[in-house]
Amino acid sequence: MSTFKALSLVALMALGAAGAAFAADAKNGLGAPVGLGDKITETDIKAWDITILPDGTNLPPGSGTAAVGAKLFGEKGCNQCHGDGALGGRNGALITDQPLKGGGIEANKTVKNFWAYSTTLYDYIRRAMPWPAPRTLSNEEVYSLVAFILAGNKIIDEKTVMDARSLPQVKMPNRDNFIIKFPDKI
Amino acid sequence: MGIFRTRGGVGRSSPDEFVAGNGLLHRRALLGRGIALAGAAGIGSVGGVNGAAAEPVQDAEWSGHQGSNVMEYGTRSRFEKDTLRILSNPKGEARTQHARTPHHKLNGTITPNPLHFTILHNGIPDIDPAQHKLVIHGMVKQPLAFTLEKLLRYPMVSRTTFVECGGNSAPLFSNEPVQATLQHLHGLVSNAEWTGVLLSTLLDEVGVDPKAVWMLAEGADTAALTRSVPLKKAWDDAMIALYQNGEPLMPEQGYPMRLVLPGWEGNMQTKYVRRIKLVDQPAMTYYEARNYSPVLPDYTAYKFYFVNEVKSFITSPSFGMGLKEPGYYEISGIAYSGSGRIERVMVSADGGKTWADAAIQGPTMHKAFTRFHIPWRWDGSPAILTSRAVDDGGNIQPLRADFVKARGETLKPVTNTFGFPNQHYNSLTSWGIDAKGEIKHVYV
Ligand code: HEC
Repeated sequence: MSTFKALSLVALMALGAAGAAFAADAKNGLGAPVGLGDKITETDIKAWDITILPDGTNLPPGSGTAAVGAKLFGEKGCNQCHGDGALGGRNGALITDQPLKGGGIEANKTVKNFWAYSTTLYDYIRRAMPWPAPRTLSNEEVYSLVAFILAGNKIIDEKTVMDARSLPQVKMPNRDNFIIKFPDKI
Repeated sequence: MGIFRTRGGVGRSSPDEFVAGNGLLHRRALLGRGIALAGAAGIGSVGGVNGAAAEPVQDAEWSGHQGSNVMEYGTRSRFEKDTLRILSNPKGEARTQHARTPHHKLNGTITPNPLHFTILHNGIPDIDPAQHKLVIHGMVKQPLAFTLEKLLRYPMVSRTTFVECGGNSAPLFSNEPVQATLQHLHGLVSNAEWTGVLLSTLLDEVGVDPKAVWMLAEGADTAALTRSVPLKKAWDDAMIALYQNGEPLMPEQGYPMRLVLPGWEGNMQTKYVRRIKLVDQPAMTYYEARNYSPVLPDYTAYKFYFVNEVKSFITSPSFGMGLKEPGYYEISGIAYSGSGRIERVMVSADGGKTWADAAIQGPTMHKAFTRFHIPWRWDGSPAILTSRAVDDGGNIQPLRADFVKARGETLKPVTNTFGFPNQHYNSLTSWGIDAKGEIKHVYV
């Protein structure tokens, strides 16, 4: 064995020991990390770290109600695309009883007839709406808009306050109708 | 595979060597391509002279003076200006925008960058590469931020692979065949050589917590598009791509960096990727919870349809082309599989009654476009051309009847070719040719 090979083997073994708690067996083929990434803290990533998980992980503090959400829906211009009262405009209704069943495989998927998790609603509205100015709503405003859409669809009561505790507990009507297509890939 | 006849038909008693019904010739005629093959004598007039007498030649006007100036960034011939993508939303109204690749006007396997398909969910962001960052965090030992400048110093790999929208071919869910070009039907798939840094290299550097199972990949676009991707895929062959067919990514493909997940649903391959968070559960983001969960005939739905399964379609001849006269044509098409390499493509000219093996143009690559050809002598009677691909995992493109049984078809005929009645269609595409040579989209 050449000295070079022997040395890199030692380096690899050392790396293996150091990274034992983590899945770090250097796959770059160099035997050691390139190491050009800049260290950053979770605090400094906060502004981008907006994804909400279905169990409620990462939901922010604050709360909101359907009554406030109904007002915001007009004030924030949501009605221009989704219609007054979210009943449908050029970009579709957010509050509707249109069923999935009977519509064929092309059936229109709605919040009520299809979405499996209430957290998706919070994540998506905060991330992407209103379309012309995404990520401008406050956390409180998002809770209220979510409450308005859920209450309008009769998934929650008009009075139920939405916050980091109550929102993930809302069970969406279509939750149990999904099949994982490729379980072996996960 | 007894039903697929690779030899037979009229055979050597005819000047052509027919190998399946309605005039399909042995692929040997093409496999040779300049190389004399033993036993290739039976191909008769494929290489013979059938044309009328040509005019005498003379110098053309354009060869008599200095040509135009060479440009810094090349442009194509003014005669090819109608080789364009079709746009679903050319005025950029407040909804998604799609551009579909004109496969019926292209050849080979690589999609030119300006013709690569794209879908944008809130326009193309104008990103300054000097200010863009990729952050990897969550269940890791040390969160890290990578600038483009730093990433360019990492070990690079190049990989040719197709990217396909989960909604590609969606008009074929229609209960009646939609009369539209190949571009309308299958324009949301393209194939390019991507160059960049393997994600596994970067994951090594942050040190992944063994309890992490998924990663959330998020873009710096207006929609901050986010998808959950199993970490298994990240370790397997995911890449942070910086180059597309040799040049920096096109802005509509994610400039300055995008995630490439070879063979998987296009929407998951986050463009403008700015953040990867390691987590223990999928986020069920909008696009995975709604758009890309195909509804099944019993109204349950698939969750996470990661893989774009084995598929093929004939690009020439295809809808709208028309055959001017009986005689020799080369049938050509594209096959690909998100599970592996294309091993075999069968072609039928009689609507699937008899099949012949097409010549596969190598080298064939894993999860990449593979071009196939088969010589054909059209006798002027009605014919139905169709193709069926098999990958190296033994996955075979499903026949339409079987596909529809499992996945369903629409209740009403599809009228909007830009709509998405469902996702992940990978059954056959068939072209019906009548005695006049007109080509229609048909089902067999
Ligand atoms: C300028 C038009 C426009 C405005 C204003 C707008 N939206 Fe949207 N909205 C859209 C479009 C377009 C989509 C579909 C996006 C896609 O398919 O990628 C959408 C989708 C949605 C969805 C998902 C609906 C579904 O069933 O798939 C929700 C929820 C939503 N918007 C909420 C809101 C809220 C709340 C506001 C106001 C704060 C708002 N939108 C303002 C255009 C708009």
